Amino acid sequence: MTQRIRLVVDGKTAEVDADPAMPLLYALRADVGLDNPKFGCGLAQCGACTVHVDGRPTRSCVTPVGAVKGRKITTLAGLGTPEKPHALQAAWVAEQVPQCGYCTSGWIMTAAALLRNTPKPSDKQIRQALAGLKCRCGTHMAILRAVKRAAGTTA
Amino acid sequence: MRSTTLSRRDLLKAGGALVVSFMIPGAAQTALGQAGGAAGGKPPLLPDELDSWIAVLPDGRVRAFFGKMDMGQGVDVAIGQIVAEELDVAFDRVTVVMGDTAFTCNQGGASGSTGVQRGGVTLRLAAAEARRLLLKRASDKLGVPVDQLTVRDGVVSAAADPQRRVSYGELIGGQHFQHKLEWNKQYGNPLLAKGQAKPKDPGQYTIVGRSIPQRVIADKAYGKLQYVTDVKVEGMLHARVIRPPSAGCGPVAVDAASIAGIPGARVVREKDLVAVVAEREWDAVRAARALKVTWAPPCHPFPPMETLYDHIRQAKGIGSQVPVNKGDVDAALKTAHRVIEAEYEWPMQSHASMGPACAVADVRADGARLWTGSQKPHYGRNGVARIAGLPPEKVRATWIPGPGSYGRNDAGDAALDAALLSKLTGKPVRVQYMRHEGTGWDPKGPAGVFRGRAGLDAQGNVVAYEFFGKGFTRQDVATTENDPKDTLAGQLTGYTPKPTILFQVPAEAYDFANKRCGWECIAPLLDKASPLRTGHLRDPLGAETHFASESFIDEIALAGGGDPVAFRLQYVKDPRHAAVITAAAEKAGWTARINPRRGKGNVMVGRGFSYTERNGTIVAVVAEVEVDRRTGRVWAKRFTVAHDCGLVINPKGLELTIEGNVVQAISRTLFEEVRFDRDQVLSVDWASYPILEIQDAPERIDVVLINRPDVAASGAGEPSTRTVPAAIANAIFDATGMRMRRVPITPERMKAALARA
Repeated sequence: MTQRIRLVVDGKTAEVDADPAMPLLYALRADVGLDNPKFGCGLAQCGACTVHVDGRPTRSCVTPVGAVKGRKITTLAGLGTPEKPHALQAAWVAEQVPQCGYCTSGWIMTAAALLRNTPKPSDKQIRQALAGLKCRCGTHMAILRAVKRAAGTTA
Repeated sequence: MRSTTLSRRDLLKAGGALVVSFMIPGAAQTALGQAGGAAGGKPPLLPDELDSWIAVLPDGRVRAFFGKMDMGQGVDVAIGQIVAEELDVAFDRVTVVMGDTAFTCNQGGASGSTGVQRGGVTLRLAAAEARRLLLKRASDKLGVPVDQLTVRDGVVSAAADPQRRVSYGELIGGQHFQHKLEWNKQYGNPLLAKGQAKPKDPGQYTIVGRSIPQRVIADKAYGKLQYVTDVKVEGMLHARVIRPPSAGCGPVAVDAASIAGIPGARVVREKDLVAVVAEREWDAVRAARALKVTWAPPCHPFPPMETLYDHIRQAKGIGSQVPVNKGDVDAALKTAHRVIEAEYEWPMQSHASMGPACAVADVRADGARLWTGSQKPHYGRNGVARIAGLPPEKVRATWIPGPGSYGRNDAGDAALDAALLSKLTGKPVRVQYMRHEGTGWDPKGPAGVFRGRAGLDAQGNVVAYEFFGKGFTRQDVATTENDPKDTLAGQLTGYTPKPTILFQVPAEAYDFANKRCGWECIAPLLDKASPLRTGHLRDPLGAETHFASESFIDEIALAGGGDPVAFRLQYVKDPRHAAVITAAAEKAGWTARINPRRGKGNVMVGRGFSYTERNGTIVAVVAEVEVDRRTGRVWAKRFTVAHDCGLVINPKGLELTIEGNVVQAISRTLFEEVRFDRDQVLSVDWASYPILEIQDAPERIDVVLINRPDVAASGAGEPSTRTVPAAIANAIFDATGMRMRRVPITPERMKAALARA
């Protein structure tokens, strides 16, 4: 049953007509026109679709759009911009993290929440916080360096 | 801003500006980005035309047209450095255009780590030739002999009088060279075109050799990069394909009424290919889940998984080779003091790309378009042409970065699925697979059994060495989607597959007096539309073969009382190879050992060595592991990699590429195995096909780059993949005294082995 659902995404309001059971990912990509959250698995197993919902990293591929009505949604593109980068995005560029880069939303959005709660995480805390995310290209070493750079914990 | 929604009419105009702006920011301002035949007389897009490779814009910027593409390692940056270097222009003024059949010649696509090794050669020679022609023009214009001219950032000036100057833009900007090159008349990886100019001596390089970063990384970090999954075309339908629940079973009946309640959803079927389409993506996904299909009864094409290796051992060969046969191995084995034998096993593995493949195709009566993440868009064009019944020149394929690619993954299948469904519906069609198709139905890296046999004399010297691999060919489907027979769409609609019989022997420089290396392939388990069909997965058969061969070298060394590094240096005479082995050992602070440490505590520590070669690139690895006795967990904790790929173009890019190889290879060694039952692949997502996660990433990877400016650059995208697995297994032996000869080395297998110790 289609409903009109109001979403607040990256600071802008959007209204979508959708089945409330449809995953948020499809609403963001098809209706709001934001392509940066990616479809990786549809099973909350990889993280490529991660957005913040009221600041919490959330797998949009399994989150019904009806469950986030009016809540504050932030995507990777809304986290920061080249002009006003989030520290993690700047660190990602400085450390040259990506290979294919399709997984980026998962890592940066999850790490952003970690750094907000734990500004100077240890290596172990970073690894624990980022568990469950996938990167098929094997950029994990650069990811660890980038998170530490953003936290200011690298030598 | 880049446009995401492109009108269909614009897309179908050959060389249309909108499409150009999609791929090449800024190109719409100039005619130079356009395909052959445009006013102004750009010569046809053929490899023997300099204009097919290099263009100078009116403002002096340079465009290089590269017929391969970058899969994330920054090959385009390296190509840009090479072109900027030869032309003497600043790197920032060079744009590399990749992967569009309208603008680039077929250099084979991303393939075999040859981006720089082969693709870069023609770009270097073309850029050098362009510089030669530009200097000639400058000489005429300035009235100064060529040998008295200098070039600095695209401005030619008289050495004696720098005020006498002219820029490349003034000399030719916006025009074409109209200049023929010598071409070897081959397409694909072997393509070579050259002019008369001699490229620079590496001693003069100022741009090549620098760690120039990848600009595209910012687009990825800020969520701006458009992937093939993000292409939208007006009027496009979303499709999902329906694969059978049992491999080899076709559809008997499709109940279209089962999706009647989903808006706009309908079934599209051609022979054994079943799909659903809808205007909205979510409706296509729902329809694919809801559709009721009656399938033919299961035919049990696969052996029980636990018997896979016995099946390989016992199966009749369908082709074999003995590429290395030196001395008399049989005679030497008879007189050997001692014979060592061991067998190693490597499973089927999935590409399991980060996202399942996606493609958009628009097939019309008079022409077709394809947007694909495939590594080989030029071949994809040919495949689409055959599906569409069009000549290839009526099809334009555009590569757009896909969700990861390390070989012939599911991208080629998606491309031809999209083309077929577009043809059947008369609309542009976007196909994206679901996760279970991306992992469950991609072409697989082949499983194999590898046997080593060596004869030692009383002093532990090797008198005979034999290595033999047996398994599935690496190419049930070809490396490209050039022919529909090599895709699921083709195989499900009547094209007959024809595998290429191809396997591998170890690549190294061990100088054993009597040495024999060979292989034998067995038939596929299911000859058509098999979820276990094999195809190229990063360093095809390299990880498999060298896991076995370098584990076996370790076994021979220790059996003969030799330190693994000293043993290798005893038999590797080639100084370049020996230097790499020495560099890794020195950097890691290797200490000689003969017996394993066999730690006594709960966490056992060990180090292992491995060395390999791949098409001219030599790699040696020291791995340090921790093995937890209680859980069986192996942590591949530290790596030292010495890497010689000749001339280093971009050191930082190379280091990151090597790191990626190492981490992905750890994943394949410790975690990855495609599981199946008698009827179907059971590895269909990240839970059933686990890969390395960040808690298992190493603590540290040290890379030693051995730069050899006097040796042409060879590949780096794959070579270090094959070196890692044995280094880990050899380190595990050092830590525990247990020889792990089956991959993946899971905690369960490790625990079981420790229980036997």
